[in-house]
Amino acid sequence: MTKTIAEINEKIREGKAVVVTAEEVIDIAKEKGVGRTAEEIDVVTTGTFGPMCSSGAFFNIGHSKPRIKLGGGKVYLNDVPTYNGIAAVDIFLGATAIPDDDPRNKFYPGEFNYGGGHVIEELVAGKDIRLTATTFGTDCYPRKKLETLINIRDINEAILFNIRNAYQNYNVAVNLSDKVIYTYMGVLKPNLGNAHYSTAGQLSPLFNDPYYKTTGVGTKIFLGGGVGFVAWHGTQHNPTALRGDNGVPRRGAGTLTVIGDLKQMKPEWLVGTSMLGYGCTLTVGIGVPIPILSEEILRYTTVCDADIQAPVVDYSEAYPQMKPDILGEVSYADLKRGRVRIQDKDVPTGSLSSYPKATEIAGILKKWIEQGEFMLTEPVAPLPGAESGITFKPLKERPIGE
Amino acid sequence: MLHFPPNITGQPVVYRLVKDFDLTFNLLKASVSPGEEGLLVMELSGNEKDYDKGVKFLTEAGVRIQSLSQDVIRDESRCTHCGACITICPTEAFSLEPRTRKVLFDHNKCVVCGLCVKACPPRAMILHF
Repeated sequence: MTKTIAEINEKIREGKAVVVTAEEVIDIAKEKGVGRTAEEIDVVTTGTFGPMCSSGAFFNIGHSKPRIKLGGGKVYLNDVPTYNGIAAVDIFLGATAIPDDDPRNKFYPGEFNYGGGHVIEELVAGKDIRLTATTFGTDCYPRKKLETLINIRDINEAILFNIRNAYQNYNVAVNLSDKVIYTYMGVLKPNLGNAHYSTAGQLSPLFNDPYYKTTGVGTKIFLGGGVGFVAWHGTQHNPTALRGDNGVPRRGAGTLTVIGDLKQMKPEWLVGTSMLGYGCTLTVGIGVPIPILSEEILRYTTVCDADIQAPVVDYSEAYPQMKPDILGEVSYADLKRGRVRIQDKDVPTGSLSSYPKATEIAGILKKWIEQGEFMLTEPVAPLPGAESGITFKPLKERPIGE
Repeated sequence: MLHFPPNITGQPVVYRLVKDFDLTFNLLKASVSPGEEGLLVMELSGNEKDYDKGVKFLTEAGVRIQSLSQDVIRDESRCTHCGACITICPTEAFSLEPRTRKVLFDHNKCVVCGLCVKACPPRAMILHF
């Protein structure tokens, strides 16, 4: 059995495509067998909704009269600093940026109540944002100061561009020390007091396409409540990570760079997020459709939480000190049951990634495809696989000579 | 609210408050297990001098005293049901609905300690004074 994306698109156009979520497909394949399921189902939809720090947005705010060159100057959006090393009125806002006067961890643990992720959420919600800028004057761009409200409706472009999202597997974070620690994986209680994980497991996009057989550069996706695209493999993409017999990575592996027009996204799928004692970020909703081109591709989408193992890492010592040690592996089925066994201790679990929201995303994408509103795209280039030899390298520090 | 360090959860602290300092208490919520940090939420009243002595006794015994605000509520429009609060809550006021995996908040179990307020990534838990 083989199908092409063009054939599936034809069915979508006719309203005849059979679409199920990556959760639903598990039981269907169990009941009907992989072969028959692959014939009957055209698309499997996935979803994930978690904090993704390597997110941000480019804006072109339009030219003021007289003109101002923000490139090389300083621009703030609601007091959050933006990146201004590009052209006159293009700016970039990163999800983790925080106001200059935020106390950070001076009063430990810092609260980080407002940052770049929150500005993105408010902008997408249609709220006015305060832009304040100072720069130097030139003959063609004489103005040195600008203070104005901006709104996503009025600016030329607002482009979400996230350099690393949708991690294929992730650490389970614990704390072996005797004091509370505040991490990007949440508040970790001492002496294995809790374990935090952060993927949607069986619904997560790259767990359902472990070898990147259908997801590639140009794949159209659900992004932040609207439509986006896979732009590249994400930073720290590590296709050579340790994998199980089922092909599923047992460590952090593949990642995606995604892009999309922020103007058609929704604030409930791009949520400004604060990690106590760590910083600000953006929780991003992503859903990737998987065209069922063959039995093999269908089989990958039947992966369930019990088949996915994640490494347990101590965030009080091993993680900060870049030690490779792990405390063992646990399955997502156990993590989701609420307790896992680590070093002979029964440890309660919590998640940073929302499974109910991931389910909702997979459901929305399914509906879009069923209703003929969302056609699939052919990738224009594959993501690097294990054969690329790409690995995730640590920094080799070298002394700077005189 | 009284936070008990694990080493004194076995001691009859409340009994001493009544017996030695003549204080009246109204126990609202309790979560005390041997060998773990314990929590007691109570109204405590009595003669001002006795009350101050009682508080001094508690502090010297290693008990941390936290006066409570009135209520913690959840802003349903901001909660993403991630679950970062579940293991943080000392009284297990949060639980997972097994079928939908939504995070349930049992207001009756909440002792208004406020730990979830800052630990909640989208800041959906709000202290009401």
